Amino acid sequence: MAVYKKTYRPYEGELTGSFRRLLVMPRYAFEDLHRSRFLTIFFLASFIYPLICALMIYVVHNTSALALLGVQGGERLISVDVGFFLRLLGWQSMLALFLSAFIGPGLVSPDLANNALALYLARPFSRWEYVIGKMSVLLILLSLMTWVPGLLLFGLQGYLQGWQWTHDNFRLAWASFTAAWIWILVLSLLALALSAWVKWKPAAGALMFGVFFVAAGFGATINGVQRTTWGNIFNIFYLIGSVWVQLFEGSNNTTNGAVFFRANQGEVLPMWCSWFGLAMLCGICLYMLARKIRGMEVVR
Amino acid sequence: MEPVIELDGLEVRLGSRTILKQLKASFSGRAIGLLGPNGAGKSTLLNTLLGFHKPSAGTARILGRDVRTHAREVRSLIGYMPENDSFIAKMSGVRFVRLMAELAGLPPEHALERAHEAFFYVGLGEVRYRQLGTYSLGMKQAAKLAQAIAHGPKLLFLDEPTNGLDPPARTRMIQLIQEIRARGDLHLIVSSHLLRDVEECCDEVLILKDGKIAAFCNLEEERRSNRRFLEIETRGATNGNFIEAIEKLGCETATGAQGRLKLILPDGLELRQLYQVADEQNVQIRRLNHKRDSLEDIFLKAMESADGRI
Repeated sequence: MAVYKKTYRPYEGELTGSFRRLLVMPRYAFEDLHRSRFLTIFFLASFIYPLICALMIYVVHNTSALALLGVQGGERLISVDVGFFLRLLGWQSMLALFLSAFIGPGLVSPDLANNALALYLARPFSRWEYVIGKMSVLLILLSLMTWVPGLLLFGLQGYLQGWQWTHDNFRLAWASFTAAWIWILVLSLLALALSAWVKWKPAAGALMFGVFFVAAGFGATINGVQRTTWGNIFNIFYLIGSVWVQLFEGSNNTTNGAVFFRANQGEVLPMWCSWFGLAMLCGICLYMLARKIRGMEVVR
Repeated sequence: MEPVIELDGLEVRLGSRTILKQLKASFSGRAIGLLGPNGAGKSTLLNTLLGFHKPSAGTARILGRDVRTHAREVRSLIGYMPENDSFIAKMSGVRFVRLMAELAGLPPEHALERAHEAFFYVGLGEVRYRQLGTYSLGMKQAAKLAQAIAHGPKLLFLDEPTNGLDPPARTRMIQLIQEIRARGDLHLIVSSHLLRDVEECCDEVLILKDGKIAAFCNLEEERRSNRRFLEIETRGATNGNFIEAIEKLGCETATGAQGRLKLILPDGLELRQLYQVADEQNVQIRRLNHKRDSLEDIFLKAMESADGRI
């Protein structure tokens, strides 16, 4: 039908598959995000730390560069070990928290605030496909900020240091990948669940920070008043930090976690508590999403 | 003819309340109207057909597909224009409709083309790049219609399509619906409080009351059958002779006030013959109406009837 005819005609062309339909939402979301100069700059700025790390790894392994800089004992400049990867993950994860607090609420709350869910779900599209479609935006961006630079740096170090180093430290690559995914999952679910619940972008962003920082403060207060360590169960930074330490080092830990994500000596909870706490958090988020992401809200 | 919608003992419970109670019906009309007072279950029925509510008993089939077991397939056949405002305020109209068409399965290039076409079709061609949040109420209604038809559905659900529209905008919306119906490419389900809207757009009507079917009628047949009922107003010589004369033609008659006569015409009788008789009897026919049960009569009867049936 040509526009000038201004008449209705049925569509008889090809239809896309369900996977391609799933990618429609992230594509539109990325187009919207790209329009925000602040978010684009913030996202690009998040690669400064990994770039500096990459540069240092390269310089340490480049004798002519070290000679040019007049540095003696260049190998002591940086040690690429558990601490290095935990620091990297800690910094990048904190930036990821900020990014998800900026982006996450904008993904779901406008749809809910404008009753657009009925239109999404009136199409061959399930509620969970909607959630996965929206979540994939965060999964992709946060992956690029966290485990992707971690694995690239691991690859660079392995390439420059040799196969033996790669073999001996393979756990670091696996732990970086898994630890980052746990964090990404927690952040993404929390961002979507909170924005679905409050339906207002600024409030959802603020609530995101509130859940992390106020809950940590609440946990610390419980610890102080009750002289216990069980208040840490409310501290998501602690829960994540302790899980990371286990992933990176097993039971022989030499660190107490990453920057911003510390499990301080003497305040340690049993490991199952950390896993349970994170699983509970994800479960609550999924429940909140299941309640709110509906074609039609039922008032009982 | 394959039924468009079949309700097979459909029951829907929300919380502790039963909203739809054992609905059993089959519709095959081109445009089906859903009527009923507030809380009768019209929107719940639409939402159940869309898969938003799960039936607690029975089922429904749309173009032969069960809504319980083939929900995705069913939704791919449907275009839905909801009653309330449903859009993303900060998105341009054409981008929003394109998004919805892509989610319905159209490739991006086709979705873009049809989004533009749909906007021109509903009369919003000039404002298609404006943000939806800046549209007037009438424009929002038209934009909702555009997103409902952009992907070329087989069945179109229109929930209160003329809600909040001023008379010219309402007329335009009704014209659009009539045009879509007349093309014959898709079926329409129109849910409305406004009897006139349903009467103008639909050929079958389902009236719901307290979650039950209060009445179902084929308006087309109603219109056809009721063409044989006449009400005339006469002036002139003795009415008695005129009545006698037209009874000889086979008409059944009943006398009303002020010279009014109600007639049931026999098959094959032409109106011309009535005028001839009137002329012979020196009677003037001043007014002649095809009297029939209006949808309002049908609706009121359905609301009043004790057993919910007419």
